[in-house]
Amino acid sequence: MNNQIEKRIELKAPVSRVWRALTDYREFGQWFRVKLDGPFVPGQTARGQITYPGYEHVKWEAVVQKMEPERLFSFTWHPYSVDSKIDYSKETPTLVEFRLETTSNGTLLLLTESGFDKIPTDRRLEAFRRNDGGWTEQMKNIENHVAQTS
Amino acid sequence: MLHKRRSRVAARRQPRAPVFAALGDETRLSLVAKLCAGQPYSISQLTKGSKLTRQAITKHLRVLENAGLVRNIHAGRESRFEFDPKPVEELRKYLDLVSGQWDQALSRLKSFVEG
Repeated sequence: MNNQIEKRIELKAPVSRVWRALTDYREFGQWFRVKLDGPFVPGQTARGQITYPGYEHVKWEAVVQKMEPERLFSFTWHPYSVDSKIDYSKETPTLVEFRLETTSNGTLLLLTESGFDKIPTDRRLEAFRRNDGGWTEQMKNIENHVAQTS
Repeated sequence: MLHKRRSRVAARRQPRAPVFAALGDETRLSLVAKLCAGQPYSISQLTKGSKLTRQAITKHLRVLENAGLVRNIHAGRESRFEFDPKPVEELRKYLDLVSGQWDQALSRLKSFVEG
């Protein structure tokens, strides 16, 4: 069973532009929907507050791993730790890596998230189920999608 | 008459046990494959045709049981093991969910840098 998430997306923008969108904490915050307290620094914890509608009470936290300009940006975190009653810090985090490659049209972004083998899945799913709105909707979409494509 | 009873370990359902780790072993995968057929097996039946000892098979079954992948059913004095598909399904749903969130975030990033 595959225990990592992999995404590839072509962006019609130069690598330098994508790099800034990923690593400037204000720009990252805009598309990721989180208000960060300060810049990303390798080895340090970045903190902020989710701005995604309905999840404004959720704190965001990640430990920046690597920042190799216009090539690799990575951090570890606890994905979608949306339940304030759960202490996620005791769990092994997953590793998120953004890799950039120049293409003729702009930039190829490769995203991987790995380390799911240590995630206590039952509890996470419970957390999602308790939250109404967006997540529930999204879960339905995914379930429908899976049902149609499998 | 069959009297089914979940073992104590399974009833607690130890959700923290890593399902992937339990499946990351050839012997345990082959046990799961056998049990996936749907019918419960006794330890003797699972040991038959295997190079492993009864003790070794039992040890692997306990790992699977702790991960919630396998249930121990007691029917009278007999003890059998059956497959529980729930953890695997939940794991896949969870990964699909996180994956879907990335799709959304990356599409926002796309509009952000291309806009």
